[in-house]
Amino acid sequence: MKRNTSMGGRIRNWVAAAIVALSAAAPGVAASQTLLNVSYDPTRELYEAINAAFVADWKAKTGQTIRVNQAHGGSGAQARAVIDGLNADVVTLALAYDIDAIAARGLIPADWQKRLPNNSAPYTSTIVFLVKKGNPKGIKDWNDLVKAGVQVITPNPKTSGGARWNYLAAWAYASKQPGATEATTKTFVQSLFKNVPVLDTGARGSTVTFAQRGIGDVLLAWENEAFLAINEFGRDKFEIVVPSMSILAEPPIAIIDRNVDRKRTRAVAEGYLNFLYTPAAQAIIAANHYRPRFPEHAKPADVAQFPKVELVTIDGQFGGWAKAQSTHFADGGVFDQIYTPGGVR
Amino acid sequence: MTKTSSVMGPPPPALTTTTEPPAVRRALILGAVAFVALFLVMPLAVVLAEAFRRGVGAYFDAITEPYTLAAVGLTLTAAAIAVPLNVIFGLTAAWAIAKFEFAGKSLLITLIDLPFSVSPVIAGLIYVLMFGAQGWVGPWLIEHDFRIIFALPGIVLATVFVTFPFVARELIPLMQDQGTDEEEAATLLGASGWQTFFRVTLPNVKWALLYGVLLCNARAMGEFGAVAVVSGHIRGVTNTMPLHIEILYNEYKFAASFAVASLLALLALVTLVAKILLEWRYGDELAGVHRMPRGGKA
Repeated sequence: MKRNTSMGGRIRNWVAAAIVALSAAAPGVAASQTLLNVSYDPTRELYEAINAAFVADWKAKTGQTIRVNQAHGGSGAQARAVIDGLNADVVTLALAYDIDAIAARGLIPADWQKRLPNNSAPYTSTIVFLVKKGNPKGIKDWNDLVKAGVQVITPNPKTSGGARWNYLAAWAYASKQPGATEATTKTFVQSLFKNVPVLDTGARGSTVTFAQRGIGDVLLAWENEAFLAINEFGRDKFEIVVPSMSILAEPPIAIIDRNVDRKRTRAVAEGYLNFLYTPAAQAIIAANHYRPRFPEHAKPADVAQFPKVELVTIDGQFGGWAKAQSTHFADGGVFDQIYTPGGVR
Repeated sequence: MTKTSSVMGPPPPALTTTTEPPAVRRALILGAVAFVALFLVMPLAVVLAEAFRRGVGAYFDAITEPYTLAAVGLTLTAAAIAVPLNVIFGLTAAWAIAKFEFAGKSLLITLIDLPFSVSPVIAGLIYVLMFGAQGWVGPWLIEHDFRIIFALPGIVLATVFVTFPFVARELIPLMQDQGTDEEEAATLLGASGWQTFFRVTLPNVKWALLYGVLLCNARAMGEFGAVAVVSGHIRGVTNTMPLHIEILYNEYKFAASFAVASLLALLALVTLVAKILLEWRYGDELAGVHRMPRGGKA
């Protein structure tokens, strides 16, 4: 009898503990003090630094102690998570198309990109080549990537924001060659992708494939990602090659209106995004290898790391993300037409 | 065996449990050992070697980093909720299936096995479709500020789903073998339902239950796929240990990644050692349960 009750009591305790634990985690009671920044893969180091600076700045200005949480993943997957209910106050993603997807679900207004200066992108980046030290294959420009015997590493444009920038940069280069037509451009990009032995799903995966596993001769990468890889793996192992032309990548930011209104965090969320345009944040941005919008605020040594390169824009060259997406990356689009898996060599 | 040989004539010279020549036996043993070494021991050793590559100091820095501690805490919390829930469920399900006859019993057994056959990623997606902002009940929940996915409850749900069968699967065959005789006797002697359960049924299955709990716990701590889908990857909040290991690896923090991996492996090893210790300490009792003294089936 005694044993009976004690066992029952123990079970009751377990159940009670489970309920308490579940309910304690469920409602966002403490959420007003916490911001969630949902970002893409390579920005972790950048936002660690930005968050520390912003928390101090906000405390000095308002006396409030806040906390900024970060979530990172593939840009498309992160947008999907926000659509599915991830309680983001702000998103800082790889390309406008992913934030457009959030707008399409009514979480933010359709004209979100006009709400902040510079197309809502406080920093930019571009696509460069990462090669082995000494550049054994002599890769200098995009036309070296289509040569026989050159293995190119890029993630899959279907799943990776960075890979779409890679693809579009190659497309822009080919279309600007003398005598280029739609057909020659298509053939150029097709032969480039014939040289790709493996398509990872995300930018970071491709970098690991190239730098850690040693597969391929050249990695098409975000400039910031290429710098980071060199810092991680050593200047004696890799070097950056800047092609004659590349694309201006604008990773945009936005407040998720529906979430900040529910959490009553609009003021601090807006403060957070505006902070990215301040001199302090611009200096942090340059130090983390993103191109600042206002280089005059960054350390000259940091600005000097970015070589001058002719950059085409997504709006000027491709008529905006929505058009580029539907022409090139939608099911049955140009990428599907030119890329046949297993067609390598 | 001995009886036969004495009838047949003088016993064979050496140990005769096998008829294969020694060379074949040695080759088989060597093969098995090599396989275990290659596929089990070596990877574990590599994890440890990589974890300590940058020295003991770096190892302890990695496992005491706040994000890592949060991940360890979350993994232990999720297991601490999921395992008891599945113990309760497993016990009741096994009890119902083994001791009673009812319509739909085989369907129930099939359903219990479902998490084994469904990919964990799909398990995660089920909960996104249910509780996500575009899902069935998600909009209502979010309107009332209840967070299921991308929060602890979702992680617990996904963990419960994938570890659902372990306890029940461990108990059902044993309880079926044991039959209902002892329970019937207890009832005849005037025991109530609860008394019968706690004083007859439960002691009879306690070792199988413990095995189930250990397996369930190991899987709960190690689950990746289902949890990855519902986690939201918020650092320090919804990253479990396996997710954290992947993130560290992708951030070029290879030594830290392997350090956390070794910690997770250590938790699994603790589980294994606990199992071995229990077997060693209570081996006879354990065998007794499995031998079923009054069954007559053996």
